[in-house]
Amino acid sequence: MIDLTLTQLADGLAQGDFTSRELTDAYLARIAEHDAQINSFITVTEDSARQAAEAADARRAAGQASLLTGIPLAHKDIFCTQGVRTSCGSKMLDNFVAPYSATVVEKLDQEGMVSLGKTNMDEFAMGSSNESSFYGPVRNPWDAQAVPGGSSGGSAAAIAARLTPAATGTDTGGSIRQPASFCGITGLKPTYGRVSRWGMIAYASSLDQGGPMARTAEDCALLLSAMAGFDPKDSTSIQRGVPDYRSALDSPLSGLTIGLPKEYFGDGLDASVADVLQAAIRELEALGVTFKDVSLPNTRLAIPSYYVIAPAEASSNLSRFDGVRFGHRCENPQDLEDLYKRSRGEGFGAEVKRRIMIGTYALSEGFYDAYYRKAQQIRRLLTQDFLAAFNEVDLLLGPVAPTTAFNLGSKNNDPVQMYLEDIYTLGINLAGLPGMSVPAGFAAGRPVGMQLIGPHFEEARLLNVAHQYQRVTDHHQQAPAL
Amino acid sequence: MQWEAVIGLEVHVQLATQSKIFSGASTAFGAEPNSQACAVDLGLPGVLPVLNEKAVEMAVKFGLGVKAEIGRRSIFERKNYFYPDLPKGYQTTQMDAPIVGPGVVDIVLEDGAERSIRIHHAHLEEDAGKSLHEDFQGMTGIDLNRAGTPLLEIVSEPDMRSAKEAVAYLKSIHALVTYLGISDGNMAEGSMRCDANVSVRPKGQETLGTRCEIKNINSFRFIERAINHEIERQIELIEDGGRVVQETRLYDADLDETRSMRSKEEANDYRYFPCPDLLPVDLDDAYIDYLRSQMPELPEEKKARFVEELGLSVYDANVLASSRAMAEYFDRTREICGDAKQAANWVMGELTGRLNKEGLEIQQSPVAAEQLGGLIKRIIDNTINGKAAKQVFAALWDGEGHTADDIIEAKGLKQVTDTGAIERVIDEVMANNPAQVEQYRAAEPDKRGKMVGFFVGQVMKASKGTANPQMVNQLLKQKLEG
Repeated sequence: MIDLTLTQLADGLAQGDFTSRELTDAYLARIAEHDAQINSFITVTEDSARQAAEAADARRAAGQASLLTGIPLAHKDIFCTQGVRTSCGSKMLDNFVAPYSATVVEKLDQEGMVSLGKTNMDEFAMGSSNESSFYGPVRNPWDAQAVPGGSSGGSAAAIAARLTPAATGTDTGGSIRQPASFCGITGLKPTYGRVSRWGMIAYASSLDQGGPMARTAEDCALLLSAMAGFDPKDSTSIQRGVPDYRSALDSPLSGLTIGLPKEYFGDGLDASVADVLQAAIRELEALGVTFKDVSLPNTRLAIPSYYVIAPAEASSNLSRFDGVRFGHRCENPQDLEDLYKRSRGEGFGAEVKRRIMIGTYALSEGFYDAYYRKAQQIRRLLTQDFLAAFNEVDLLLGPVAPTTAFNLGSKNNDPVQMYLEDIYTLGINLAGLPGMSVPAGFAAGRPVGMQLIGPHFEEARLLNVAHQYQRVTDHHQQAPAL
Repeated sequence: MQWEAVIGLEVHVQLATQSKIFSGASTAFGAEPNSQACAVDLGLPGVLPVLNEKAVEMAVKFGLGVKAEIGRRSIFERKNYFYPDLPKGYQTTQMDAPIVGPGVVDIVLEDGAERSIRIHHAHLEEDAGKSLHEDFQGMTGIDLNRAGTPLLEIVSEPDMRSAKEAVAYLKSIHALVTYLGISDGNMAEGSMRCDANVSVRPKGQETLGTRCEIKNINSFRFIERAINHEIERQIELIEDGGRVVQETRLYDADLDETRSMRSKEEANDYRYFPCPDLLPVDLDDAYIDYLRSQMPELPEEKKARFVEELGLSVYDANVLASSRAMAEYFDRTREICGDAKQAANWVMGELTGRLNKEGLEIQQSPVAAEQLGGLIKRIIDNTINGKAAKQVFAALWDGEGHTADDIIEAKGLKQVTDTGAIERVIDEVMANNPAQVEQYRAAEPDKRGKMVGFFVGQVMKASKGTANPQMVNQLLKQKLEG
C-alpha cells in the first residue's frame, strides 16, 4: 500500500481494496518504525488520525466520499491546526495550540483526508536545509548525511520515505521546490494568491504561498484542486475559478515552447545537475517540446532583493511573538523590556534573529530608500524579465538548486552560502509565479529536480508537462532504502 | 514682546462601524475586558486582516464633508513598535497615501468671527487596546476590546492661533462627524481624542517656533486648558532665556499640567512599510459620486439656511447647527411654534441651561421638541406670559403633564387679559397700600417710572402670575395718575 501514489490510493479505497483505517494504520506504523532516524514529524496525531480514518470509512459507506476521502497526509507545522500544537519549528511556539485551523487544513479536512501529524521545518520557514528547526534537523531518506532541503524538509522527507503519501508545504523563496528536489519528490508552488494564507504562520507575507507536495504531478494536481481558491479571510487570495487540474494532465506537449534561461545554466550550476537537466530536456523534446534560449538578465539581483524584502516583512510579522499573549514567556520578567528581550531572546533561534535584525535595519529611517524601496524596484524588474520571457515561450525550465542535497552541517555556519542555494527559486516568488520541482534523475545517489516555471495561473500547464514527463520516466518512482 | 501661538490638531475619531476595521469582532463600548477580541484582534499566528468596507465609506464621507480630494488609491502601512496593548507589534495605518487628501473646515468663534482651517489629510487606522494600571498589584492588565476599532485620524495644518480657535475647530469636527453619522462623537467614551501640536513665535515672525505635541486631551474643556497651559509654559521658558525642546508631553487633567513624555531623540523609529496583507484601496468616480448623493445636510449648509431663511444671527445659527441632534431639535420646535427666533431663544436658553445643569445631551432631554414647540405657541398667542412659560417648562421637564396646554389648564396659568378683572386687582392692591400710592403721587414725574415696579409686582403676585404684564403696566399708570 505504502508504495501507491495518491491517485492509486484513491482507486484502492474506491474499489474497497483496503479501508482508510488500514491505510492510516500502515502509515502510522511506518512512522513509528522509521521516523526516529529521519525526524520528519514534529507531532504525530495517532488518535485523531485513526478517528478521522474511521469517519472517512463511514462517509464512504454512506456513499458521500470524494476522491480524496480517507487518504492520509501530513501538514507542515506552519499551518494552524485546531487543537493540535502548531510550533512553526520554533521554541517560541512549542506550547502553542491554535484555536482555529488554516483554510488549507479546513479544505482538506472537508475532503475527508486524514492528517497523520505535523511535519518538521526550518524555524519560521527560514532556512534551506531544515537545520534551523528547534526540533532538530531532518535527515534526507536518500542519505542520512544529507540535508532534506528546507524549509518544508519534513514534508519532503516524509513523502520520500513513504511515511505519508502527500503533504502540504509552503514556499517563500523555494521552500517547497528545493526540498522536493533534494528528496526526489514532486512539489508545486502555486501563483501567489492561488491558495489562501489564512492560518499559515507568516514569514514574508508578499511571498509566502502554500502548495502540494507528493510523489507525482498527478497527485499534486489532485491536491491543488482541493487546496486552491479564493478565501474571503485572505485579502491577497484571488477571486478566480479553480480549474480541475487533473483534466489537463493528458494534453499533448507538441507545439509547446519552453525557454531555457541562460542565467540558470551558467557558472555556479553543478555539472552533474546540468547533465541530469540536459537528459530531461531531451526526453521532453522527444515528447514534442521545442526549446529556446531566453534571458532573465536581472537574475543575479534576486538574492539581494529577496534578502531585503523577506527579512523586512519577517521583522514585522514576528513582532507579535512578544511573550504577552501566547508562546514562550521568560521566567520572572523584571519589567516589560526584560519580558520582551528574554522571551524573544530565548524563544527564537539564530537564523530567525539574524533575519529580524536584517529586516529591522532595512526598514530603518535613513535606510529605507537604499534597501527596501530599491529591493521593490528590483522586484519589478525581475517580474518584467519573466513576463518578457513569457512573450516568447510558454514555460521556463531550469534547475531548482545549484547542487544536490549537501551534507548536514556543511553550510549552516555560512549564511551567505546557504542563501545562494535559492538563486534559481527566489525570483519566482518575487514575481508571484507558479513553479514546480519534478524528479529528473540522480547525481551520485542523490536526487535532482528540474524546475518548471509558468506564467501567473498556469499551474495546469506545469502539471501537464510534469505529468507527461513522468509517464515516460521513472525517477519519481524510485524509493530510498531505509 | 507680543507672542503668537501656532496650533495644529490631530483628532482621532472612532468610526461608528458595527465591527472592527480588520475583523468581525464587535466595537460596542463597555463590554467585559477581552470579550470582544477575536483571533485577528489578538494577533494570533496565521491570522490576516480584511478591510471593513463601512470604514472606507465613512472616511470618504468625511472627506466629502471637508471638500477634500479623495485618495483614489490609498495604501495601508505598518507602523512598527512594541507595546503590550498593541497585539501584532505594529499598528496598521496609512502614511504616504491616505484616503482623504487636503480639505478645509470652517469654524466660528464666540464673537461670531469666521475662519477656515485647512486639513492636511485624514487617514484610516486601527486603534490599540488599553493598558490597565490599576487593580493588578503593580502589574499591568491588558484589555484588547478596543484593539482594531476603526479610527479616522484627521490632521490639520498649523492654522489655529489660540486655544479658543482649537476648541472651535474641534467643535466643527465634532459637528461634522455626528452629522454624517460616522461617529457617536462621545468624548467621555473616547470616541474623539485629540493631540495638539503647539508652538509660539514673536508676533509677525514668519518661521515657526519649535513645537511640542500634547497627547491625551479628551474633552473640549481640557483642550482649552491644556493648550493655554502649554502656550504659557513655552513663553515663560523663552522669556527666561530658555529654549523649547521638541518633545511629546502628556496632559494631566487632575493636576492641570503637561509633563514631558519623550524627547525627539527618544522617539521611536516606526519603520513604516506598506502592509503586505492588505491590497491598495482603489476607489472609482462612481463609488465616490454615489456616496456624495448620500450626504445629509451638513453644518455649513444648515448654518447658512438658518441665517438666510430664518434670519438668525451667525452666532445663534452656529450654536444650533453644532450638532445634528441640536439642529433637528431646533428645526422641529420651530416648525411647531412657527417662530424661529423664539424657538432659538428657548432651545439655546432655557433648554440648554437645564440640560447643562443636569449633565444631559439634547437627545436625552425629558422635554421633547414637540412639547417645547407647543409651549412657545402659547406664548406667541398670548395664552401665557413669559413667567408662566418658565413654570410650564419646569412642569414639562418633571413630567407633570404631556402637553403645555395640559399644564396651563391644570395649574390655571392662563393669562388674564380681561381689563375689568385686572382693574379689580389693581384697585385692591392700591387700597391695601395707601402710603405707597401717596408717595407715588407726590414724586417727580421722572422718578415715578421706577416706583411703578412695586405695584406691578404686587398685582402679578395677587393674580398668581397670570395677569398680562403689559396690560397691568398700562392700567396701573392710568389709575395711579388718578
